[in-house]
Formats: sequence, structure tokens, C-alpha cells
Amino acid sequence: MSQDRSAAGVRVELVDLRRRYGEVRALDGLTLEIRPSELVALLGPSGCGKTTALRALAGLERLDGGQILIGGRDVTDVPANRRDMGMVFQAYSLFPHMTARENVAFGLRLRKVGSTERLRVADRYLDLVGLADRAARYPHQLSGGQQQRVALARALAIGPRVLLLDEPLSALDAKVRSQLRDEIRRIQLEVGTTTLFVTHDQDEALAMADRVAVMHAGRLEQVAAPTELYERPRTARVAEFVGLTNRLRGEARDGAATVLGISVPLLEGSVREGPVTVLVRPEAVELAPDPGGAARVVAASFLGSIGRVRVRLSDDTFLLAQVSSADVARFGHGDPVRVSLRPVPALATEA
Amino acid sequence: MAALGMGRPGHGEAVLRRTILLVVAAYLLIPLLAMLEFSTRGPRGTRSLAAWARIGTNPDLVEAIFVQLQLAALTVVLTLVLLLPTMVLVQLRLPWLRRTIEFLCLLPLTIPAIVLVVGLAPIYAGVTRLFGESALTLTFVYAVLVLPFAYRAIASGLSAIDLITLAEAARSLGCSWPGVVWRIVVPNIRGALIAAALVSVALVLGEFTISSLLAFDTLQVVINLQGKRNAAVAVAVSLAALVLAFALLYVLSFVGQPARGSTFVEDDT
Amino acid sequence: MTAGLPRISSAAAAPLPDGRSAGPRHGVRRGIREVLDYLGILPFLLFIGVFLLWPTCTVIVGAFQDAEGRPTLDNLVAVAQGTYLEAFALSFALSAVTALLGAVLGGLLAWSVATGRRDSALRRVVAAASGTLAQFGGVMLAFAFLATFGFNGLVTLFLRDRLGIDLFAGGAWIYELPGLALVYTYFQIPLMVIVFLPAVEGLRPQWREACLSLGGDSWAYWRHVGFPILWPSFLGATLLLFANAFSAYATAKALISQASPLVPLRIGTFLTSEIVLGQANLGKALAFGMIVVVAATTVLYALLQARSSRWLR
Repeated sequence: MSQDRSAAGVRVELVDLRRRYGEVRALDGLTLEIRPSELVALLGPSGCGKTTALRALAGLERLDGGQILIGGRDVTDVPANRRDMGMVFQAYSLFPHMTARENVAFGLRLRKVGSTERLRVADRYLDLVGLADRAARYPHQLSGGQQQRVALARALAIGPRVLLLDEPLSALDAKVRSQLRDEIRRIQLEVGTTTLFVTHDQDEALAMADRVAVMHAGRLEQVAAPTELYERPRTARVAEFVGLTNRLRGEARDGAATVLGISVPLLEGSVREGPVTVLVRPEAVELAPDPGGAARVVAASFLGSIGRVRVRLSDDTFLLAQVSSADVARFGHGDPVRVSLRPVPALATEA
Repeated sequence: MAALGMGRPGHGEAVLRRTILLVVAAYLLIPLLAMLEFSTRGPRGTRSLAAWARIGTNPDLVEAIFVQLQLAALTVVLTLVLLLPTMVLVQLRLPWLRRTIEFLCLLPLTIPAIVLVVGLAPIYAGVTRLFGESALTLTFVYAVLVLPFAYRAIASGLSAIDLITLAEAARSLGCSWPGVVWRIVVPNIRGALIAAALVSVALVLGEFTISSLLAFDTLQVVINLQGKRNAAVAVAVSLAALVLAFALLYVLSFVGQPARGSTFVEDDT
Repeated sequence: MTAGLPRISSAAAAPLPDGRSAGPRHGVRRGIREVLDYLGILPFLLFIGVFLLWPTCTVIVGAFQDAEGRPTLDNLVAVAQGTYLEAFALSFALSAVTALLGAVLGGLLAWSVATGRRDSALRRVVAAASGTLAQFGGVMLAFAFLATFGFNGLVTLFLRDRLGIDLFAGGAWIYELPGLALVYTYFQIPLMVIVFLPAVEGLRPQWREACLSLGGDSWAYWRHVGFPILWPSFLGATLLLFANAFSAYATAKALISQASPLVPLRIGTFLTSEIVLGQANLGKALAFGMIVVVAATTVLYALLQARSSRWLR
């Protein structure tokens, strides 16, 4: 039964993918492996090639070079309609003249599955995405979030070997977004389909993915589990794209850098000797009100569970520190503060 | 053949598309080329611009062209003067009448011109008593004919601006109601007004049914009469008028159509 | 002259924020204001009344009156038989055939032009050309066809001199119904493009891609997705083309000068020639018949349009 095959995820390998649009290299030697049943998020700013990569995997984009393997089999020349990919688009991809149920059953209809059977399967997947009671609605009668759920059910109903999600949440408002995000993850874990998820939203990528692949200019910057990516960025781009980062001047020697008079251990991939720029997370910065402090508070903001304070250092550079929300009130505009760093490993780049 | 890139229409479809374009383009263009050829025939297989030159020397034709241009201008003015304040007023103060106004404005589309003439004949007896026998009295009917097109152009223009807020802001600054229309609305929907005007002009230039049956000598009526006497001149004028209408509509595609569609018959926005 | 393109606007009336209190004094001032508001739209309503509603009512009422103004059904009975009925049948057939031809060919052209980009040069040229040919043609199109297929037309001469084919071996068809069908189709195609192009452009690339990724090829896409979505628009546009051809007068008048085989031409003769006593209102009855046909078609079109605009938003 085709719709039951997805239980076992397959391995997906993208090998040295290349694609140019005129002068722009959308894919410039992208290599990425997705393990069976894994959810990998492809993260990057717009224009970094992440959507091109996903569409290439779907067979919707022509490649100039490279190879795509699914379950060990080369599918580079297999047309999109024979790749067995379930794809969820940004928005408006539901067929407007079909009900939710007909939409979900559509892939099975193309596979010549009998009508009672395919409607039964469709109902099961609609139930899985929590829309069993909306099966008879047309897309224009559904909200944006519901439409995306139906799109997900439609993609899964064919029992795809790989699930492709092309920024499926970007057209939704914040609340629906985070709710649907958790739900997509739950469903993906439940069906166990190998999944590639394209997004420009780091929160989404970190929250949902087993591993996050950060892309820049058609190449991979780093692939790692969310915590590792955050704590051990391999490049400055990754450090700056994922989470907030301060750039501080320092002096490196023997695997550590001296910043603001404090020695900070350096991560793998850092520049190890001479003047460097050290990328320090706001939560590694400690602030203490001190009448003799050389730094001045510029602004303190209360963000609910945490607080952030921006200070101006004596050399007129700015620094962002994370404090507990209870402490925000202790930092008034213009107050002198003392700045110190916790010795959390950080990345150092050329000054 | 690698079947990659199938997200876009395939190669076969592209060829089919191009073939259709060529065939239909030929079907549409050949008559126009034929008009050019026909109107430049000289004696014994030579080319001659005599027919085109005679457009300028034929007094009936020159007068008809002149009348037609006046008619076009008057129609534009009358239509805008009637329609714009009404639409603004309805949107601002009488929103419950909006559907009715829309219905009335689109109504001429469901009443063939030939039918309108039947009913207009007795009314025009009165009109000519009031305004004289001038062909310019056709302005009134023409304003009815262009109403749907002008309405749609203006409606799409108005929908693109926040009229209520703009009007309230202007009123709070001490602007009078006519001032609101003239100083706030008109500059903001200039594109839509130009669009409405261009469509109206093109429509008036091509009108035949009503003027011929009400016995006024407009351009199309004269062309038709000329056609019986000197086909080459009639063909030349026809081609010129078609080219002019095309130019007007081409210009139209650049103005006053925000975001959607580029002809006056665009979808509702 | 060809009829235009009715479309139902779906723009909902914007609610007017009205927080004014309705105290007794305010009430009076408000009443005056309201009267002024209505006075503001009076010129428009008067104009519409005199030049649109009155003539239309004249036609409708006249269709049910005899020469002395007494109510009667004789006019309608008269135009529902004999040569008048033939005229209706011929008008109907001509309109149906050219509407179908125009819809198919124009639909294909619209599909070819649709690029997804609304500002492409090709689209602008096609839109402007379509507007010109579809709506401002009339007499001029008749001449275009005389210059092409007439006795001395470009194509006629070309076929006769170069290929030895005589277009007029079967008679002067260009001045008869086949000629009319040809010219009508000529302006139906561009009209179809104008009406149908927005629908074709409303097809989202995601639908094609979704269909592909679900395992369908191009054929499956058109069969299950593309065509079903366009179908109501196509049908609606065909109806509009029908109404358009049914109301056309100018082209027919310029091409056919002797007989009056079509309803609009019949009505024309009632207006221009001496009217036989007691038949004064026959023309109105014919015109009424046209209103019925065209209005019914247009209403159907509007309904279909409303349906597809939900899909192609």
C-alpha cells in the first residue's frame, strides 16, 4: 500500500549541486546529506539558493551539474512527477475547485486508487492534521493555517519518500505560525518521512529541525544540530545569522582571546593568532551597576521572559547584554556599569 | 531528454504556444496589412499615397474628423463631470447606494446600442429642438455608452486610495466638498481618470450604430458613405482610425492600472 | 459596433464610520445634510434617467402597445414568426457559431500570451490590439475585410494570380453570411482574449507544480486542474461573445447593404424607412427580443464570473 511505505524514511543525498541564473550562482556546489526520517532545515537569507535546492530535489528546477540520490538511487534525471515527493508550498497551492478531501485524495486519484479507498485515506490524513470536520470545505472557505494543513495532508497522503516544505509558514501570522510549526514537527515524527524544510526564520529552523543547514551564496556554511549550531558556529555568517551576536575587538593567542581584559576560549575554526574580532553572544555578557564602571547604559528593554540592555563602551562601541527580566529595572539610561564576559567558547575572525 | 525543469511548462507546450501566437497573429494582422496595401494602390501596379492624401482634401471627411474629435472631448468632459462627483459622494456619504450606481453604470452593457437607438429616436427629437441639429448632441448618448468603461476605470482608481481617510483629513483641515473632489481625489486618481478618458475617446472614434441611425454625419458614417464611392480612401481612413485607437489603448496600458490588468476590461479589484 | 463587457464588481461597500450623536438639533442638521447629499447625485440620476432608462422603457413598453397605445401582445406574436423569426434564428446561429470559434481560438491565444508577467511588452501589445479590434472596429473592420477578401482584396488577388484559386467561385460570399461569420470571428477572437486573459493568468504556478509533485504530468494537470478551473470563465466568456455578436450592427450594416437578414439590421430598417401603418411598434418588439436574449446571456455570464472569481483571486 503506497500510503504506508513512508513509515521507513529514506536517505537523501545532494552532491555538488550547481545552478546558475545568468551571472547569479544560485547553487554553487551544494552538498548535503539527509538521514532517514530526519528533518533538516535549510536556513538562509532570501536569495541564498535554499529554495532552488529544494526545487531541484523536487525535480522542479533544472540543474547545471551535480547529483541527487534518494535511497541510494540516482534520481537526477527522473522527472518531478515520478519522484514521489510530497511538497508543501508557501501558500495558495490547494486546487481551488476541489474540496479539502478531494485535494488530499488527488495524488491517489492520479495513482488510480479506487474512489472509496482514496477518500478513506484522505479522511485519515485530514484527521491527522486535525481537520476531519472541514473535509467538505473548499480552500476559499478555509483560513490560511487550515489551508496549509490540508496542503500537508495532501503531500503526505501519497506516502512520499521525501517531504519537502517550502517556507510553508511564511504567509501565516505569528500565532498560527508557531502553533502549526509544532504540529508539523509532531506529524513528521509520527509518519517518519525524511523531510527537507526551507525557511529564512531561524526560530523556526532551530525549533523544528533535527539538524539545521545554513546556506549562503549557493553553498553550505554549516550543518549541525540546533544547539551545536548556536553554541559552536563555524563561521561568522552562521554566528550572525543564528541568534544575536556582539562583535568585540580582541587579541588571540594559544587558543584563547583576550577581550575586555578577559580571556575567552576560542571555538574550532577561529583565527588563532593576532588581532581578532570575537563574536560574543549577549547571554555571555555580564553587567553590574557600578559607579566606577567605564560603560554607560544606552537602553534597557523588557522582553517578557528576559531583558536586554544596550551599553556604550569607553571606546564608543556598543554592546548588547542579556539580563534576567527582573534586573531590567536596575539599568537606567546613562547609568555607569561594569562589563565582564563569561568564558563561554566563542568564534574569532579576522579583525 | 532529461525532463528536468518541469515546473515550467514543457518544451512541447512552448512550441505549441509559439505556433498559436504566429497563426493567430497572422490572422489578425493580414487584414491590416491588406488595408495598407489596398489604400496605397496606384494605377497599373504602382504604389501611391493618393488615397491617403485625399483624406485631407475631402471636405466631408475633414469635417467628420473634426466633429468626431470634438465629440470625443465633450464626451470625456461630460462623463467625468457627471460620474466622478457622484461616485465620490456615494462612497463617502451614501455607501448604501453604491450597488445601485454600479448597476446603473454597467447597464448600458446589457442594452445593445441598436436597441438604445429605438428608444432614443423620440427623445432626440426633443434634444435637437433644444440644442439644434448639431452632431455634437450625440455627446449625451456617447456618455451613456462609455459609462461602464469610465465607471470601472474610476472605481479601480478609487479603490486604490483610502478615500474616506483622505476626505476626513482634508475636511478637518478646512477643505470644502468640491475642494475635496478637485484637490484631493483628482490628483490621486489621475491615472484612472486618464484611463477613463482614453477608453472614452477610443470608443467614440469607432461609434457608428447610433450616429448613423439618428442621421448624424460622424466619422464612421462618412467612412461608410465614402466606401461606396471610393473604397481606397475609406480603407485609408479606417486604417488610420484603427492605428489611432491602438495607440490610445497602448498608452492606456501604462497609466492608471495599479497592480492588476492592463486593459480597461480588467477584473474587478 | 460591438457590445461591451459586463462584469460584476465584487467590491463591497465600505462601511462609513458614523459616530455622530443623533440629538434633536443634530437631527435637523443631519436631515439637511442628507438632502444635500441626495441632491449631489441628482444630475447623474437625471441623466441616466433621460438617456438610458427612459429609452429602454420606451422600447419595453412600446413592444406591448399597438399604434394607438393600447396594450397588446400582437407585436410580440408578429415578431415570433415568419421572416422575423428567421432573422432571430439567423442572428442566433451566427452569434453561436462565431462565439464558439472566437472562444476556442481566442482562448488558445490568451493561453499563449499569458506569461504570468502583466507588464510584458507582448501582453501590452496584444491587450491594446485586442481592445482596438474587439471594440472599436465596426465599419472599419468591414473595410479591412473588403481590402483582404473583397473582389480586389489582397488575399483574393494573391490566390487568383499566384495560385489560380478563385475565392468567389461559389458566389459573393464575403457580402453574405459566410463573410459576416468571418468578420465576426475576427472581432470575437480579440474580445475573448480581453475577457479570458485574466482568468488564464489567474492560474497559479503552484497548482501545476503541486500536480507534478503529486505524480501528474502536463496532461493530468490540464485535465484535472487547469481546465476545470478555467471552465466557468471559458463558458462565461463564450456567452459574452454570443451577446456581443448578437448586438453587433455596424459591421453587418457596412458589409451587407441590400437585404436585412439579421435582427439588428431589421431594427435598423424600421428606424430608417417609411413605416407601414400599424407596424410602428414592431421594431420595439424586435428590440425587446434583443434585450431579453442579451440580458439573459449577460446574467448567466455574471453568475459564472462570480463563481470563477472565487477560485482565481
